[in-house]
This record gives sequence, structure tokens and C-alpha cells, in this order.
Amino acid sequence: MKNKLGIDIPKFVEGLGNLKPYKGPFNRIRKVSKEEITQVPTKIRSSLPGRKKLINSLEKVIELSGLKNGDTISFHHHLRNGDHLLMKVMKTLDKMGFKDLTIFSSSLTSAHQNLYEYVENGVIKRIFTSGLRGELGKFVSRGKMDIPVIIRSHGGRARAIKTGEVKIDVAFIGAPSSDKEGNLNGVRGPSACGSLGYAMVDAKYANCTIAITDHLVEYPNTPISIPQYEIDYIVKIDRIGDPDKIGSGSTRLTKNPVDLVIAENAAKAILYSGYFGQGMSFQTGAGGASLATAKYLADIMEKKQVVGSYAIGGISSYMIDLYKRGLFKKMFDVQSFDKGVVSSLLNNDDHIEISADFYANPFNSGAIINDLDIVVLAAYEIDTDFNVNVLVDSHGYAQGASGGHSDTSAGAKLTVIVAPSFRARIPTVVDKVNTIITPGETVDILVTERGIAINPRRKDLIENLKSKGLPIRDIHDLRKKVELITNNPKMAEYSDKVCGFIEYRDGTILDTIKQVVEKY
Amino acid sequence: MKIIKKAQCGSLESSDLMIYIEPSDGVKIEVESSISQLHNKEIEYLVIEELKARNIDKVYIKIHDSGAMNLTIKARLKTVLNRGIKNEDQA
Repeated sequence: MKNKLGIDIPKFVEGLGNLKPYKGPFNRIRKVSKEEITQVPTKIRSSLPGRKKLINSLEKVIELSGLKNGDTISFHHHLRNGDHLLMKVMKTLDKMGFKDLTIFSSSLTSAHQNLYEYVENGVIKRIFTSGLRGELGKFVSRGKMDIPVIIRSHGGRARAIKTGEVKIDVAFIGAPSSDKEGNLNGVRGPSACGSLGYAMVDAKYANCTIAITDHLVEYPNTPISIPQYEIDYIVKIDRIGDPDKIGSGSTRLTKNPVDLVIAENAAKAILYSGYFGQGMSFQTGAGGASLATAKYLADIMEKKQVVGSYAIGGISSYMIDLYKRGLFKKMFDVQSFDKGVVSSLLNNDDHIEISADFYANPFNSGAIINDLDIVVLAAYEIDTDFNVNVLVDSHGYAQGASGGHSDTSAGAKLTVIVAPSFRARIPTVVDKVNTIITPGETVDILVTERGIAINPRRKDLIENLKSKGLPIRDIHDLRKKVELITNNPKMAEYSDKVCGFIEYRDGTILDTIKQVVEKY
Repeated sequence: MKIIKKAQCGSLESSDLMIYIEPSDGVKIEVESSISQLHNKEIEYLVIEELKARNIDKVYIKIHDSGAMNLTIKARLKTVLNRGIKNEDQA
């Protein structure tokens, strides 16, 4: 069957079950109350007075958890490239002889690229994640998984847990600090990573939760991000990760002149969009042009004496600077983007840790992003229907992450994509993206160094932005212009085999990851 | 024209390329790309055209491409060949 974007989606996939085709960004959300699905009942756990939760080894705690072959285990990726825990747990599970497990991580980074070895030896059967990078992404795109992977957004993952579409048998929660009863936070200890937003959902709904810490503190450990009544066991290991590797790069502003031109134009477009003003809420990615847009926007805010309501998302040190300049009143933090954010989360009452459910789940009574005014996001590719790809690279390999891209685009009143029109000969503005992560219906403005394109659906924006001295272009013209420069480079070729599914935040299937045909 | 000495030009920055040349018995071209091997053939073609235009048939060329545009490739090629045909005192 074809979904609304014209992409062929199978009705049933062995190992994944029945699939629902995407029918529009809000179609299922509008009607879901009639589906009468309920929040999944979570297995009742109990604890006798005096029970000891602290276990002395990973092997022992896995035995106690009751984990079986074929079960689903979850992880969170707040330590990003510095995470040691996931691979350590996998090594232990392999040694203990487990098979056919489903890995359900909030995302997978380059620190997890060797996971494919555990697929090859049968320990892992399925992978559900937000992102894939390095060798693991290539492995998936080469079609080496028997069961296709599922890519979910952060909000979509929270939804899948709450509805029971994915039942977590055992959640492995990396805890930068814990006490003997399992009160956890991410703001103390040598591996402090800041927010534990993704793990909060796992802790609430998993059948068994294991907190793994390298910093055991005197009871009670505060602040309490995940409370002891949601934690079954605690285990202490040497090190859960290296927080210096959380930030993907520098948090200093880019000096790349192309990024700066894009950012300046993006800030101007936001200024005239109709959404700029007192009390506006704002989210931006941590990429070069996105962060630079925040800088130019902040300068405009200061000049016009505009104070925003809140900044949300992955919070970086740069957003904390904007808060300190008095430009935003609060910060909602589902994931801290660098080590520098940790002390702010610990010491500042206006810096609030939130769960992925609170952040972006479409199936609750109101995630924060539903109220978001402006979001600035990056793109690998964007097509002339404004569909965005942030997962598959120009070689055709899955080397990116869905993250909160489609969640925030759907929630925000104004979604601005900032991207150079081409990168190293590869066009960004294309006829058809490799894989759709965010449907064009939810994207409003594309800002490139060669012009700004407005989604024709947004008549209000077209009206507001005209005669403001901005280089507004039709997206088709922009694409043609870029094509003339890049000279139609050869792009990746695919076979018909489906290696993965892109699940939209509402649980319907948006697109697929196809198998790359490698010719060299 | 004759390549009389080793020369190089360019950089490893994104959207640029690094070209290295030295005298050789015949034409030998090696192209490597960190961005996309999809363009190797096109780069080779540009190199051969330029060599033909200048009547150069004895050179070893090694290129590391980081996604340069055709005009960048041509400019870097011209520069490196100019460097390779000049004597020190001429330069």
C-alpha cells in the first residue's frame, strides 16, 4: 500500500508485525482517541522492607533481572560519543550466551558502531533507534539485518513505550550518580551528562530497571531525576562514560562564512515572520548554522528588548549564555549537549529537566513542543516539497539521526531549516530526498546562502516576508540554480530491499531505508 | 610541456582538493576522495583534458579530493602544473 507521500509500505513485515501507512502529520493524532488504545499496564513490582538493591556485578544483576533470549533491552544515549555502558552491557550479554535480543536505544552514536558484530553473532536480532552512525549505519544500509531497523523520533519513542508497541523487558540506565536505593541524577559524578530525559520514560514503563553507576553516593541522592521506586537494581562499575565526548564538536560559534550568511538571513526571516516578539519560545539544533542563527536572533532580541519565554531541546552551553543575557526566562532540557550544561542544570532553578514524553510525545495531553513558536533545524537534504532527510548521507548510508526533528517541526508554529545549498559538490536542495524523516507539510522556511524558500502552504509567511529585502526564491528555482553549480553529480543507487523503516512520531510509516548498491 | 619537478597545491578542506605531481615516465593519475568516490571519473576526465591541452605526457598526479567543484579542480590543476614546469630561479 502507498502512504500519503506515495511511498510503498508493506502491510506486514516478519519480525515487526503490521505496519500503518502515514496519512498526514496530524491525521492519527486527531483520531487516536477513537482507536481506544490504552496506556500499557506496567508489570507491578514490589519490594519488601530492607531489600538490598545493590548488586555487585553486571552478570549477577542480569541474572536477577530475568532477562531471556528474544527480550527487548533499552538504553539511553545522553553520554553520546562518550558512552561506554551500552557496549559493556552487550559484551556481558554475549559472554552470558544471550541470543535474539532487541536493542531499543534512545539513539546510537559512533560509540556504538561496533554493535553490528553482535548482530553477526546472533546476540542482537532487531534494532530500534533514532540514529545510526559509523560502521553500524553502513551495515544496516548494506542490508545485513534480517529484520529491518525502525527509526523513531524522540517523541515517537516515548509514544511507542507508553502505548506498549515496544515493551521493554529490561532497561539498562546509565546513572552518573545513584544512592543504594536507586535515586538517580545526571548532574553529579565523574560521568555527569546533565539531563536524563530519555531514560525517565524507560524507568517508568520497563518490566525491570537496572541502574548502572560509577558514582555511588550517600543516601539520599538529590536532586532526584529518576526515583528509587522505579529502579529495581543498582550495580556499580568503574566508568559509565566520558562526558568530554558528549559535545559533537566545539560550542564556539562557527566562522564559516556560508553558515554565517545563512544564519543572518534566517534570523531576519524569523524577525519578520510574525512569530518574533515578547514571550516567544525557541529551539535550535547544535549545528554550525543553527547555533549561529541563535546568535543573530539574540542580537536582534537585545536590540529590540524582546525577552523570550523559554528555550527547549537539547540545551547547549550557548543557550545558557543566552539565558544569562536575560533573553529567555526558562530552559527545558531533555538532553544536555555538552559538559558545560551540567552545572547549570544542577544550580539553576530556571533550567528544568524534562522527559522525552513531556518534550515531544504526540500521544499525551500536551507535550511542550506543541506550544513551541520557533524551531531552527538543519538538513542533509530537502526536496522541492520541503521533505527533509537528516538520516541518510550522500553515499546512501544511514549516518545520522531522526532525533527531535520531526517532533519539533510538527509542533512549532514556525519551522526554519538552515542548510548550505550544497556541500562539497553534493546538492542539499534536491528533487527527491534519499529518505524522508520530516514531512514537508510541517516545514515552513528553507534558508540557504543562495536564497530563502517559503513553503507555498504558508501564505501568511509569504505575505509577511515580502518586500523585506530578503532573497526569497521559489524552491524549484533554487534547486535548478544549485544543479547548475553542482553539475548533476551521480547519487547513490539502491536495490529494492528495505533495510529499515522511518516511523513517524504518531506510529505510522513515513519512509524506508533502502539497500545501497556498492559499486566500488 | 615538461614537468621537471615535484609540486603540490590545494588543501584538505571541504570543497577543496590537494594535488601532488612529480615527473614520471608516462601519465599516471591517482584520485582518492574522502567525500564521494562517485566523482572520481569526472575528476580524472578533467585532468586528462588539461594534460592534453598542455601537451604533457610524462607526469604522476595524485589527487585527494574533498568534494571540490569543477572550477576549483581546474584552477588547482593549472596552478600545480605551472609550478611543476618552472625552475626555481624562474619562480
